[in-house]
Amino acid sequence: MASTIRIRAVADGDTTVVQALVQHPMDSGFVKDAQGNFIPPHYIEVMEFAHAGKTVFTAFWGPAVAKDPYIKFSFKGAQKGEDLTVSWVDNKGAADSLVGKVQ
Amino acid sequence: MIRAMSLAIALSYLWRAVAFAGEPVNPDADFKAFRDYFTKRFPKVSLNDFVNGPYSMDADLRKQWEEIDAFPPYQFAVDKGKEMFETPFRNGKTYGDCFPNRGIGIRQNYPYFDTKSGEVITLDVAINQCRAANGEQPFDYNKDDMAALTAYMAYTSRGKPFDIKIPDDPRALAAYQKGEQYFYTRRGQLNFSCASCHVQNPGRHIRTEVLAPALGIMAALPIYRSEWGGMGTTSRRLTSCNSQVRAVPLEPEDELYRDVEYYLSYMSNGLPVSGPGARP
Amino acid sequence: MRKLLPLVALLFSAGLSSPAWSAPADDYQAAYAKAEVAIRQADALKNQWTTTLSELAAAKKAADAGDFDAAVAHARQAEALANASIAQAKEQESAWTKAVIR
Repeated sequence: MASTIRIRAVADGDTTVVQALVQHPMDSGFVKDAQGNFIPPHYIEVMEFAHAGKTVFTAFWGPAVAKDPYIKFSFKGAQKGEDLTVSWVDNKGAADSLVGKVQ
Repeated sequence: MIRAMSLAIALSYLWRAVAFAGEPVNPDADFKAFRDYFTKRFPKVSLNDFVNGPYSMDADLRKQWEEIDAFPPYQFAVDKGKEMFETPFRNGKTYGDCFPNRGIGIRQNYPYFDTKSGEVITLDVAINQCRAANGEQPFDYNKDDMAALTAYMAYTSRGKPFDIKIPDDPRALAAYQKGEQYFYTRRGQLNFSCASCHVQNPGRHIRTEVLAPALGIMAALPIYRSEWGGMGTTSRRLTSCNSQVRAVPLEPEDELYRDVEYYLSYMSNGLPVSGPGARP
Repeated sequence: MRKLLPLVALLFSAGLSSPAWSAPADDYQAAYAKAEVAIRQADALKNQWTTTLSELAAAKKAADAGDFDAAVAHARQAEALANASIAQAKEQESAWTKAVIR
C-alpha cells in the first residue's frame, strides 16, 4: 500500500526547507452525508518530523485542518543525504510514517 | 390547449433550424476574434499563461498556487490514475488498446468530431466507450475514477498544444455552432451565460473567486478544487456551473455539453495542456 | 335509506360529487397541473430553473400537510417561474448572437 505521505526536503546551506503532503480525509465531524447523518470526526492529531533522533517540528492538528493537508517549514542543522522521519497519528489511533532523504 | 402548445414548440424548432442554416459559420474568424479579445484586454499576460485561469489574472493567487504546486493536491489522483490506466480489464486488454499512441500524450486531441456517429466525442466519453467495448461498467462522469484516469492522461500531455479539428462536415460545423450558442446563451434564474463571467468579467471577483478567462479554460481539466475537497471533471464543472446560476443541469456529457467543450477547446488551439489543475 | 338513494344519485349526476369545503384541494390540483404543463415545456426547451422545481416540490409538500392555500401559492409560483424560463429560452434564441465576440 502506497504511503500517505509525500515529502521533499531541500538543504540550502544550514537551512533545510521541508514540504509535505499527507493523504487524509480530515473529517471535522461537523459535515453531514447525503442521508443527513454526521460523518464522524477523523483527523490527524499529531504530525512529527524528526532528524538525527531529535524532533525538529511537531504539529498539533485537529478538525480545523482541511483534507489532504500540506505543510511547509524549515529547520537548521541537517545535511544533504541525511534522513528525515515523518509520522502522524490520528484520532482513531491510525498512524503512518515515512523516512525521506534531505536533498 | 396542449396540442397548440406542442405545435408552437415544434414550429420554434423549425425556426431555429432555419436560423442555423442562415448563419454563416466561420470558426477561423471566431478563433482570431476570440484570441485578440483576450490578448488585447490582458496585454501583460503571455499567451500560454491563459491556461492557468485565475492565476494568470491575480498575482497573489498565483503566488499561493506556485507554493502548492510543489506538492499539488491532484498528485494522489494522478498516481491512482496511472495505476488504473496500467491495470488490464478482466478480458486482459488495457486502455492502451483503445487509444492512439497507447493512450499516452493524447489529451490535446480531445474532443474530436466522430464522422461515423455524427457527434462530438470527449476524452471521458471515449474512456467509457473503451470500457464498454471491453465488458466493463462505465464510470460516473463527474469525479472519482473518471477524474483520476483523466488526470493521469492529461498529465502525460502536459505542455502539448491543443489540436482540435473541425472536419469538412456540416454536422461538425453544426456541433461547433451549437457549442458556441450554448456558451453565449443566458440561462438559469440568475440569467448568466458562460460568457457573462468568462468573457465579460475575467480577473474580477464573483464572491470570493477570481474568474478565469474563457481562453484556455478547458486546458487545466480535470481539476482538484479546494471547494470540492477533491477532483472533478469537465462534467462536474459544467453541471455545477449550471446549478450555481439556478439552471437545472443537463445530464453529464449531454450533447450540448460536449458541443460547448468542442467549441471552447477549438478556441484554445495552440495553447498547452496544463492539466490536471488545482483551483481554489 | 331507500328515499335518500335517489337524492344522492341526483347529486352525483349534477356533478356535485365533492362537498364545497374541498374546493381549495381542487384549486391546488388545477394549479399544480398548470405548473406541470409549463414545466414540461421548459424541459423540452432544455431550460429549466432549479427554483421552479423547488417551488413545485414545496407545493406538493404543503398540499400533503393539508395547507392548500400555501400549496396553491407555491404551484402558481412554479408556473410563473417555468413561464419565465420559457420566455428566457425563446428570447435567447436570437439574443445570444449579439454577445458573440466578433
